[in-house]
Amino acid sequence: MTYFQELAEALPRIMNGVWVTLGLTLGGAALAMIIAVTLGLMARQPNTLIRGIARAIIEFFRGTSLVVQLLWLYFILPGLGINLNVIFVGVMALGLNYGAYSAEVVRGSINSVQSGQWEASTALSMSRVHRMRRIIFPQAWALMIPSLTNLLIHMLKGSAVVSFITIYDLTFRVDQLRLDTGTWFAYGLVGLGSYFIIAYILTLIMNMLEVRAKHRLGRGESLREMLSLKPARPSAETGVLP
Amino acid sequence: MTEFEWNWATVWDVLPTLLGAFFQVTLVVTVVSTAIAAVLGLIIAMLRRSVPKPVDAVIKFAVDFIRMTPIVVQLLLVYYTFTNLSAMVCGIIVFGIHYSTYMAEVYRAGIDSVPAGQWEATTALSMSKGRTWRAVVIPQALRATVPALGNYAISMFKDTPFLIIIGLVELVNAGRIYGANTFNYTEPLTLVGIIFLAASYPTALLVGRLEKRLAFSY
Amino acid sequence: MPSATDNNPAILFEDVEKRFGDNVVLKDLNFSVAKGDRVTLIGPSGSGKTTILRLVMTLEELSGGYIYIEDDPLAYEKRDGKRVALREKHRNEIRKRIGMVFQQFNLFPNMTVMENIIEAPVHVLGMSKADAKAKAQGLLDQVGLADKANQHPLQLSGGQQQRVAIARALAMDPDILLLDEVTSALDPEIVGEVLAVLRQVAETTDITMLIVTHEMQFAKDVSNRVMMFDGGHIVEENTPEEMFSNPQEERTKQFLHAIV
Repeated sequence: MTYFQELAEALPRIMNGVWVTLGLTLGGAALAMIIAVTLGLMARQPNTLIRGIARAIIEFFRGTSLVVQLLWLYFILPGLGINLNVIFVGVMALGLNYGAYSAEVVRGSINSVQSGQWEASTALSMSRVHRMRRIIFPQAWALMIPSLTNLLIHMLKGSAVVSFITIYDLTFRVDQLRLDTGTWFAYGLVGLGSYFIIAYILTLIMNMLEVRAKHRLGRGESLREMLSLKPARPSAETGVLP
Repeated sequence: MTEFEWNWATVWDVLPTLLGAFFQVTLVVTVVSTAIAAVLGLIIAMLRRSVPKPVDAVIKFAVDFIRMTPIVVQLLLVYYTFTNLSAMVCGIIVFGIHYSTYMAEVYRAGIDSVPAGQWEATTALSMSKGRTWRAVVIPQALRATVPALGNYAISMFKDTPFLIIIGLVELVNAGRIYGANTFNYTEPLTLVGIIFLAASYPTALLVGRLEKRLAFSY
Repeated sequence: MPSATDNNPAILFEDVEKRFGDNVVLKDLNFSVAKGDRVTLIGPSGSGKTTILRLVMTLEELSGGYIYIEDDPLAYEKRDGKRVALREKHRNEIRKRIGMVFQQFNLFPNMTVMENIIEAPVHVLGMSKADAKAKAQGLLDQVGLADKANQHPLQLSGGQQQRVAIARALAMDPDILLLDEVTSALDPEIVGEVLAVLRQVAETTDITMLIVTHEMQFAKDVSNRVMMFDGGHIVEENTPEEMFSNPQEERTKQFLHAIV
């Protein structure tokens, strides 16, 4: 059999691995986002205790490596009487680790929203919660997307290590394929190629989110305008297409 | 069900093994790979500015490809392809190349930040291309890249446990093996976490301070 | 004996002090603004006039002394001879009576013009959305931007943005309106359109106004009282006619001479 016939035969299993990897990445991202917003908001509280707790958690999960957290959850949690599905262990490790990184992004972006926006909402007597939810966060969101995109790709790449704790993700499936095909075909073409395509698609989706978020702030064209194939509008000065 | 217990005897038993793996493997991989990434990244950045557009497009694709795919799979690829290389050498090569793609971006930004007037001035002075790079552009571009290099070194340090996938006994794997042999993971893996934190957090603070200092003195 | 209502001022400053670190911006400042007064604060930059507005809006924390809004303590109160900070909830209640228009407009870019105006009336005052919209449309009409309701703020010119900001402040029905250099960020040729709107507001309402501006003609037209500040102190105060034509203090003369 040629390598491609082997691949065709292995395709259902590999696709299964793709879904597991996507599930880990998106599940991890969802958890990371919840953690990031919580810690990010706590880290900018005036109360020293709350801020200190947030900082300690952020530095702890950033400072100890992803793999350490993964193995700790995998080997030690059962000893504490907590038995989790391995996939959930993977999602937790990814979510905690990248959640801590993302918390810094959330905090930094919120701090970057112009002070005038905070002042105007105070002048309109908005409560703190109202101000954050309706005025500040929507603007910070547009600022944080590029960094979150980077972290999402990091998380996708980092998820490859979970095959070590017997999660049948894309890397695990590609490793199986290696036994029937060559190293370069399995790891190089199928493995790296699949991850690259997934990363590319995730980046595109995040870029679309960014365009939409910016458009909502009145900057740049809308997603529909950007994706439409109709010719550009003639410029006002000349009435001629550029 | 095992209980969560903390045994200091275990700590003293495992600590020498962990520190040995840390200094002899984890740290060596981090330092050597950082050096490779720093040099290779600069070469890529300079190359991209010097070659014709179509060649640059090819380099850009290769760089993006390496950067957007997992180190774990890259490690497996190199390890199983070059069977005569040790896991450590494979690790150093893969980490060096992977992180050079990040460093190349940092250098590129640094080079772009050198004002056009500097290039024009060297032309006006009839300086050679090599001399322009060495004496004018690189010194100015490099300065801003030092903190970034530090940050990527820390990031690489925290990625070294990926080497577990090709069986290298670095810090985390050393802890795991001890755990597997004694059926006790609590102390070794917790210590591993503490060592990581103890090494990366102060370094990160140091790099942060360096970043501020360099930003101010500009 | 004067009744309580006769001298309950809209704004009362009592021994107010404001420091930024070691830098004392305001010290022992006492003055009051009667209801319906239009007071313009003038003086060189750094004289503390913008700080006064920001203190009234609680955008800055008071370092010492008290501010009263219609007899209610704003941020601090005397309790058993002690100076006690008031809770955010209390401050927010008092804040509802005060509106502010900023130099940089500060419209919310994530909302349309209409949404900018109705956000606080609906979610802070609890007005129904329909009522808030009707009111906002009326205010947009008043500031000459009836057709811009569904635009985004950044699609408007600076002058238009500032007129929306004025409508947004008025939608809260404030008793007191603070105008902080509202034309300083605008091109000279569009300053007029904003001042015209404010003149009209001054003529048709009895809102108490505290104004910081470099537009002396506007100060003359709108205000009934001008206070000259320097180094955190009131140097001189008078009616605009007297102040501009016949300043008493040397410092005022220098300042007026320099800006004309």
